[in-house]
Amino acid sequence: MGKRAWYLLLLLPFIGTLVPQFYNRLEPPLFGLPFFYWYQLLWVILTSILLGIVVIATRRPDDV
Amino acid sequence: MSSGTIIFAVLVLGVTIMGFLASRWGAARLNSLDEWALGGRRFGTVVSWFLLGGDLYTAYTFIAVPALVYGVGALGFFAVPYATIAYPIAFVVLSRFWTIARRRGYVTSADFVRDRFGDRTLEVAIALTGVLAAMPYIALQLAGMKAVFAQLGGAFSAAGGSISLAVAFVLLAAYTYTSGLRAPAMIAFVKDTLIYVTVIAAIVIIPAKLGGWAHIFDVSQATLAAKPGGAILLKPQQFFAYASWAFGSSLSLFIYPHSITSVLAAKSRGVIRRNAALLPVYSLLLGFLALLGFCALGAGYTTTNNSAVVPMLIKQFFPNWLGGVAQAAIVIGALVPAAIMAIGSANLFASNVFNQFSTERISGEAQTAKWLTLAFCAAGLLLVLTIPVAYAIYFQLLGGAWMLQIFPSFVFGMYTRWFHRRALLIGWLLGMIAATWMGIATGFKPNVTMTIGAFSVTGFLALFALAINLAAAVILTPIFDRMRVDRGSDMSAAALPA
Repeated sequence: MGKRAWYLLLLLPFIGTLVPQFYNRLEPPLFGLPFFYWYQLLWVILTSILLGIVVIATRRPDDV
Repeated sequence: MSSGTIIFAVLVLGVTIMGFLASRWGAARLNSLDEWALGGRRFGTVVSWFLLGGDLYTAYTFIAVPALVYGVGALGFFAVPYATIAYPIAFVVLSRFWTIARRRGYVTSADFVRDRFGDRTLEVAIALTGVLAAMPYIALQLAGMKAVFAQLGGAFSAAGGSISLAVAFVLLAAYTYTSGLRAPAMIAFVKDTLIYVTVIAAIVIIPAKLGGWAHIFDVSQATLAAKPGGAILLKPQQFFAYASWAFGSSLSLFIYPHSITSVLAAKSRGVIRRNAALLPVYSLLLGFLALLGFCALGAGYTTTNNSAVVPMLIKQFFPNWLGGVAQAAIVIGALVPAAIMAIGSANLFASNVFNQFSTERISGEAQTAKWLTLAFCAAGLLLVLTIPVAYAIYFQLLGGAWMLQIFPSFVFGMYTRWFHRRALLIGWLLGMIAATWMGIATGFKPNVTMTIGAFSVTGFLALFALAINLAAAVILTPIFDRMRVDRGSDMSAAALPA
């Protein structure tokens, strides 16, 4: 196991984006955008960050 | 000529010259498939980022997603979760595929399936699926280009843009023939820069002129209420459709031939891993574009041609010169993926249909692929000049569903050899038939309603077809084993990562 546990972080975007029950609402808006929209855009950034963490944490010496 | 048209013409001419010059990039000897079709497998993180971004986020996507949002509202936003979760999947699956492919010299997905399952029929089935899915995709890129030419006026618009389109595409075919993947890789820098400029300008300029997002969504809510299924939030019965559409699409994004081609051009596994983390920047862009669909509602457009809303917004709100940049972004944004799709399809034909995969690589296959690229470009052009765009869209929708049917052989195959090669083949066939039948029966809607007894659910057609495919493969595997049908030889086993 060890390093492989980091890959579990990659399950979060699926939970965060594939259950519309969590985020299908208007409030609170951000810059006039309903929650539904800015929440999902936020997940794009979060997914990128999570992937960045996993890329670094599971790097092998031969990964140039 | 207006300033916008001049800027447009200069940019498009510029990338054409770049396309031809690309053959000199990295002292290429373009007589092997590795060099011609995969750019010598030497692309680093930055080149791959532009290439993959230029490849996956096509001009068609940038027209179709806002069009969908304009038509149905919230449901059309599925493209954003789709383009989000595609990356964790790509990170895991593609870095594995890259490693196996490098060790065994694969150029296509079907190369791997052949190597892994030792089955000629399955190899051809996988290859033809990719080609079938890519064809309408190429045609839709052309349709997008044609729409821009038609709008430009003057000589550009002769015969509804068909003549300009034919000229642009013949040039594309010519430089793809001479430079291979290096041409779209080099042009992708320009394409992506133009797209970023256009989208960021649009998201800054347009909402401000329309009175801000809060107002835009108020107007959208009122307008969408009159459309069936439309709203600025999902209806509870749309939840499963939304999630399954995003999930199913994300599974198929990276197994398209053009994705595989760009992935295999990377110089290392690290390049693929880093790009999985860096490419979501493009998804943010796609999200902004999706929001433009609401801007079109906010602007009070009442067109029934939903695909026209982005060009309409550009025309209304952009200064003339910036409009020229945007039009160039759409045309160049179509050229890059079209070239890679043609190369990817040609690779499948050259490596897996005309020949069968061999680790020694067949001599002359690069020349075959080069000729085939011309053939695919010609076929795409013919398709778009002869059939209505609506048919190309239906064909493209089916293509996505077909593409997903290689998932068990290709992706599960990378992790397990539990499946019997014959079971995979029959599963694939049933999946293809189911997807086609559901598509036709529902009048080419992406989401279909399944009713089993009292239970009824509406979800993504391609995912239902995949379920049938997988169920068949799982049920038939032990049966073929019981019948002692030969399992085929696995040549790839030693190349699989631990």
